[in-house]
Amino acid sequence: MENKTIDTQELQVKLTAKDFSSGQDVRWCPGCGDYSILAQVQRTFPDIGIKKENIVWVSGIGCSSRFPYYMDTFGFHGIHGRAPAIASGLKSAHPELSVWVATGDGDLMSIGGNHFIHTCRKNMDLKILMFNNRIYGLTKGQYSPTSEKGKVTKSTPFGSVDYPFNPVSLALGAEATFVARSLDRDPKHMQEMIRKAAAHTGTAFIEIFQNCNIFNDGAFELLTNKETKPEYVLQLEHGKPLIFGVHRDKGIKLDGFELKVININEGDNSINDVLVHDEEDSNPIRAFMLAHMTDNPDLPTPVGVFRRKLKPTYDEGVWNQISHFQAKKGKGTLKDLLYSGNTWEVK
Amino acid sequence: MAEIKEKEIQSLSEVTVRFAGDSGDGMQLTGSQFSDTTAIVGNDLATLPDYPAEIRAPAGTLYGVSGFQLHFSSSDIHTPGDNPDVLVAMNPAALKINLKDLRPGAMIIVNTDSFDPKNLKIAHYDTNPLEDDSLSGFEVIEIPITTLTTNALEGSPLSIKEVTRSKNFFALGLMYWLFNRPIEPTIEWIQTKFKNSPDIADANLKVLKAGYYYGDATQLFSARYIVKPAALPKGTYRNISGNEASALGVLAASLKSGLDLFLGTYPITPASDILHYLSRYKNYGVVTFQAEDEIAGMASAIGAAYGGALAISTTSGPGLALKTEATGLAVMTELPVVIINVQRGGPSTGLPTKTEQADLMQSLYGRNGESPVVVLAASTPSDCFYMAFEACQIALKYMTPVILLTDGYIANGSEPWKLPEENDLPEIKVNFRTEKEGFNPYERDENLSRPWAVPGTKGLEHRIGGLEKEDVTGNVSYDPENHHRMVTLRAEKVQKVQQDVPDLQINGDPEGDLLVIGWGGTYGAITEAVNRSRKAGMKVSQIHIKHLNPLPANLGKIIKSFKQVLVPELNMGQLAYILRSEYFVDVIKLSKVKGLPFKSVEVQNKIAEILGGNNGK
Ligand code: SF4
Repeated sequence: MENKTIDTQELQVKLTAKDFSSGQDVRWCPGCGDYSILAQVQRTFPDIGIKKENIVWVSGIGCSSRFPYYMDTFGFHGIHGRAPAIASGLKSAHPELSVWVATGDGDLMSIGGNHFIHTCRKNMDLKILMFNNRIYGLTKGQYSPTSEKGKVTKSTPFGSVDYPFNPVSLALGAEATFVARSLDRDPKHMQEMIRKAAAHTGTAFIEIFQNCNIFNDGAFELLTNKETKPEYVLQLEHGKPLIFGVHRDKGIKLDGFELKVININEGDNSINDVLVHDEEDSNPIRAFMLAHMTDNPDLPTPVGVFRRKLKPTYDEGVWNQISHFQAKKGKGTLKDLLYSGNTWEVK
Repeated sequence: MAEIKEKEIQSLSEVTVRFAGDSGDGMQLTGSQFSDTTAIVGNDLATLPDYPAEIRAPAGTLYGVSGFQLHFSSSDIHTPGDNPDVLVAMNPAALKINLKDLRPGAMIIVNTDSFDPKNLKIAHYDTNPLEDDSLSGFEVIEIPITTLTTNALEGSPLSIKEVTRSKNFFALGLMYWLFNRPIEPTIEWIQTKFKNSPDIADANLKVLKAGYYYGDATQLFSARYIVKPAALPKGTYRNISGNEASALGVLAASLKSGLDLFLGTYPITPASDILHYLSRYKNYGVVTFQAEDEIAGMASAIGAAYGGALAISTTSGPGLALKTEATGLAVMTELPVVIINVQRGGPSTGLPTKTEQADLMQSLYGRNGESPVVVLAASTPSDCFYMAFEACQIALKYMTPVILLTDGYIANGSEPWKLPEENDLPEIKVNFRTEKEGFNPYERDENLSRPWAVPGTKGLEHRIGGLEKEDVTGNVSYDPENHHRMVTLRAEKVQKVQQDVPDLQINGDPEGDLLVIGWGGTYGAITEAVNRSRKAGMKVSQIHIKHLNPLPANLGKIIKSFKQVLVPELNMGQLAYILRSEYFVDVIKLSKVKGLPFKSVEVQNKIAEILGGNNGK
């Protein structure tokens, strides 16, 4: 294959969301949050500037991982947890492809945890959408590595005793270069995150809070309900102060090493006391602090881009080395290969 | 100064030498240098490196002994030799461990400096074997190698530790002198290898020469020896190990198919060298992906294969176990992936640096569900090249995973290899599907192979995966009839490969009293044993299986032409089990599971035991 970079040239024919539908019957439970994710991906993909035939969706196992079947792109439904590894091989060997991973909290945080952190570490140019419903859906309702402690499920009738992962924090810790979060019930926001991930070069991770209406209904109710959402969700916007609340009067203040909620209209407080979000901050500490707001009941839950950073990707590094040596030594031939090292003649 | 006089030169037809010392003494390097030089002077040779799993075991211990055995000859040989004629023992532990293997009257060259009370005690010697008569049946040559090394390097800027580390070059130089080998190839090698550390290069060169001249200058040896070049067929040769041959084989397949080579792997003994070799060939467009684990190694290869690369994964037993699930995925998605499994002693971590053939069942059956794959096995170091090439051919033609079995013995051992000409290797045809019209991911050609439709091909967007496929369309299907059909089709496809499997060649008469059936790395030992038994008049013949699934078509017929069948294996009888169930034949097993290859005499004795007679003596 000659062309080793993603072809972003202007597309000849403008595609629509429908062009990205494979036409297969979608088999998720009615009302499942996965439908919205599929719809947002299909809506954004005509605009990301990549030819349909160069897009590949790779998945693991779980409800989320049926995703590739519904997209009219190339698709590979892998085995449990291994989607990042399959996708990494695909991308390293074929950097001209745009490779996307659809996965879930069980698939990626549990059985696939190792592959996930190493994909991030390598800055493999993959886009990973993790549908986090905080439960095992396909196996019918066991707690997952993102279920809250004390969760009562089929496998934990008296409540779970272990602690959940914070996926955003994990991705940040593993040095993913694009880390974001969105909600199944906020289509506009999700589209924006998908577009940004598509535009990013390097490992892009989006955690999508997704309602499993069968086994964990309402897990994100406070974050998605129109009434409560303004008080419970903090929109991260690059270069903008961290403001939330129905009246947009609450802000996040950095107080030493603590994040606190202040009312910007009270006392001496002003908008100037509010932390301004910098997704390109070279120091990851504030991104970690934002990630950990999720676990704090006194703070709103951030959605948006936590961190974005540009650095060379793994696949780029590999192919740079190859082109370097091909330029220096010339393309290897079979004769050079075999007749190298210490050879001798028998006459 | 001692008078230097020309030593008598005796001609030998073959010699087996073993270098042994601490794992930090550089015995592997000494052995491989001696092998390379020996190959260059035109002897046929076979080697057996044997080293502990610990990188630097505590000095002087029995379990820290590292050995390198080399058999060279003026005629065609097949094994690294049963019993060494010469042992170089760098310390008491090396002597103790290796003594039992020597032929009676063998020459033992010892480094006397290391026979001090401390080292003797660590090696569990109550008395110094050099001072009692325990070595009386041998020709013992005592040389203070450490002292002579230190003397040679007087005034060197190196530390004492660095100076004594050069002592293996003294032993090497001495052996070059003793067997009349040129030292120039090693001189060149030292100059390249240590070009950034001139002091070390200089020290090694001095010590190498000191060892060489020492032989001349002393009266210790009554003679020097020559082993005349073997009458090998004309051509260009290089000395090759199995792992290097495997690397070259897959790379040759990449060049002959025009596909980029992708290796997804995880370091594991004794397979890592294949990764090391392939990672050098950047200008051949090779991508070596050192994954986070064995599973990812295999999964990444599947991803690369899906995208249209020639995808390889390399491993050893425990790693193959980890790749099990992903291998099933390659079976289901019908993608061409070659897995090279360099077998070692098991189960579990087992004996990482020792050889065994006990992964045959794992390769054939170690997956969930009905999950057939093609299984091949290489028989000698250089054969790894051809088998690796063939594994790629089959994988690409039939769109199937192929497991190639080698083992620690042939992977690390080396032999002279007559290099093939570029045109000796066939082109490998690859037809990527591009035609949109009538495309179905699971339609099949005359070989039952499905189309390879890779991402980037406009109009062929489709989805595949690990769920059962509907015949032809490849859509997910839970239909009972369809599942039965697909299981059958996958099995038939692998069986179809038999049309490309060459008929087995019989070494010996086409019928007789005993047929010896081997597979994989036991080829050399069995061949030697059968040839000797035949010379002794026994009606024994040999076939060697390199295609384990599917088996060669003429195997059943050959088996029927013999009264008895013997299957020597480095396992508890895995091929024997298969032959019994496939051909209803009563097989005699010869099992050895010691982490070591067969000695030819072990096979020969078994043949004699079965056929009676005089054991060829
Ligand atoms: S089980 Fe839950 S996650 Fe799975 S499809 Fe049904 S609603 Fe969606």
